Parts: sequence; structure tokens; C-alpha cells
Amino acid sequence: MLAMVVLSLPLLRPQSSTERVTVGQPQKVVGKRNDAVQTKIPVSILEGYHVNSNTPSDEYLIPLKITWTSLGALEGGQLTFPKAEKITVGDQQLSVFTGKIDIAVNFKVSAGAPAGPGVASGKLGYQACNNKACFPPKSVEISVPYQVQ
Amino acid sequence: MPSLRAAIAIATALLLGCFLPGCSTGPTTVKAASVKLDKDRHVAPDFALKDADGKAVHLSDYKGKVVLVDFWATYCGPCRIEIPWFIDLERTRKDKGFAVLGIAMDENGWEDVKPFLAEMKVNYRVLIGDDATTNAYGGVDSIPTAFLIDKTGKIAAIHIGLDGGGRKEFEDGVDQLLLETGDAPVNAGNGGAVPAPVAAAKQH
Repeated sequence: MLAMVVLSLPLLRPQSSTERVTVGQPQKVVGKRNDAVQTKIPVSILEGYHVNSNTPSDEYLIPLKITWTSLGALEGGQLTFPKAEKITVGDQQLSVFTGKIDIAVNFKVSAGAPAGPGVASGKLGYQACNNKACFPPKSVEISVPYQVQ
Repeated sequence: MPSLRAAIAIATALLLGCFLPGCSTGPTTVKAASVKLDKDRHVAPDFALKDADGKAVHLSDYKGKVVLVDFWATYCGPCRIEIPWFIDLERTRKDKGFAVLGIAMDENGWEDVKPFLAEMKVNYRVLIGDDATTNAYGGVDSIPTAFLIDKTGKIAAIHIGLDGGGRKEFEDGVDQLLLETGDAPVNAGNGGAVPAPVAAAKQH
């Protein structure tokens, strides 16, 4: 009986092990104190899936967003997203990203930053769907390495 | 005279026939591809979830009815396609012993769900889901996932995502189950074990 329950438990779970969105390694940020610096965060969306853009077409839709948890010697972290695609699901027009995109991030090196390496970290939050189903909102860790000269 | 007698006979036959099941506008035999044979059905786990008024609702409250349990969320486009189908099913079959129970998976709960239900004019009962319920139903990793439960409380069909059958498959499934006689108690002897057919139904 227990074996049957244990065998049955993960029946709908295997999908959750599929990463529909992955984040590549951003370019290292290098700059002196007070410099404005930029990097790009490469994001890959699995073929056949889409995520809502940063400005979804509906208030109920969950946007793609980055939340910084620790900036270290950097400040700012303003994001510039690429142009979103328009797709239609049912009678609803959606603003989405598919495939590979880069999210540009603008930082400023803090005036009092000590020279040396560090890492700014955050989370990319997304909610993915395909044309038949949607998946719960998830987040992926982001690490931006930097070097203060 | 013979022609008058024939006409009366035909009219009588038609009138009588209309009181027989075969003349009804509803289906007398429906075959939905998604509906399993009784021997392949497993008991649907019971749950206790709250509705918009804070009242606890159990699946077992619907003993003797055909129930469509739909896991969905306000952010889900494919769910939004199905909701009008379910509104119609509730409207047209509520009095025949059928009910839809929507289980919303929104992280913000009623804050998001209540205005959405008002916008969509949802006419069926909606509850806020929890991990215990989704786990009991095998995880429900993707939405929409809908379980069609027969009068005896067994899962007769599972629809994961927008599958090929569409609206008609749901209608046929409900109609087929409404024609069945249900005499076994809901959740008898199972204790809410995870339904095995969820695995078999997972196609993608």
C-alpha cells in the first residue's frame, strides 16, 4: 500500500524538473568608482514556451522581472528589456518573450567601493506557458560578477 | 378513412415517442473518449478548501453528483479559454446533478481571484487551492488540469492542458457520467490515496 502511494506521488511532478527558462552567465562588470557600467543577462526560454514580457497585456499576468537581493559595490541595477512579441492565445493577445533574449542592466560603481572583485546577486522571476498549459511562477538565481579597479 | 386512421396512429406514435428517452433532446448514449471504464477509475481524494465566503467545501459534499474539478489560475491563458465552457456546463447541467468546482492556484489568493471571477461572470463555486490538495491529486504541475469525477466519487477522466477534445469532449464526458447510475459512496475505502490514473493520463 505504502509502495503504491510512494510510486504514485510524483506522477505529475516530472514536468517541474524541466527548466523552461535558464539564465546564462552575464559578462563581468569592470569599472572604477563612480563609473556607469552595463552588462547583459542572457535568458533562454525553452522552445515551444513563452514567458510574459516585463509589461504583460493583462493585469492578471505575471511579468518577467529581476529583483536584486545584493548589489555589493554596485548601485542601480535598472533594466532594459528587449522588444516583446505579440502572440494570441484564444482571444487574448499576449506580450511575451520567446527563445533567447538579453536583458541589459545599468549599474553605477559606488563612490566608496573598495577595489577588488565581488558579485551582485538577484532573482529572475518568470511565469511560463505554452499554447496548451501554464506553469507556476518560478525564479532563477542571477549572479553578476564585478571588478572594482 | 384508412388514411385518417394512419395519420392518427402516426401522431399518437410521435406523441408517445416524445415521452420516451429516445425522443429527448439530450443524449441517451454518449461516448467521450476521455472517460475511463469503471474498472479503471480510482477514488478521487477528498479535500477541504475554502470558498469566497470562507466556508469549507469538501469534495465529499458533492456525493452523488458528477463533478468537474478544475485546477486553474488567473494568470493562465489556456485556463481562460476553458472557463466559458465550464460556465455553460454549470448553467445547462446544474439541475441534472452536475457541478463545477474551480480550484484557483493563485499565490495571492482571493485578492486576484475575486475580481477575476466577477469579470468573467463565473457562475460556479471556486475555492483556493493548497499544496495538500495538489499533492493529493498527483502534483498538478501544469494548469489547466481538470478531473471529471463520477457520481460514486471516482475519477473518470483527466484533462491536462487544452487537450484535443476541446469543449465537446468535456460536454460528452459530463453527459456520459450523468447517464450512469451512481450508488457507491464517495471516497469509500480509499482514505484519499493519490489517484493512480493521473499517471496514465499524463500525455505531455
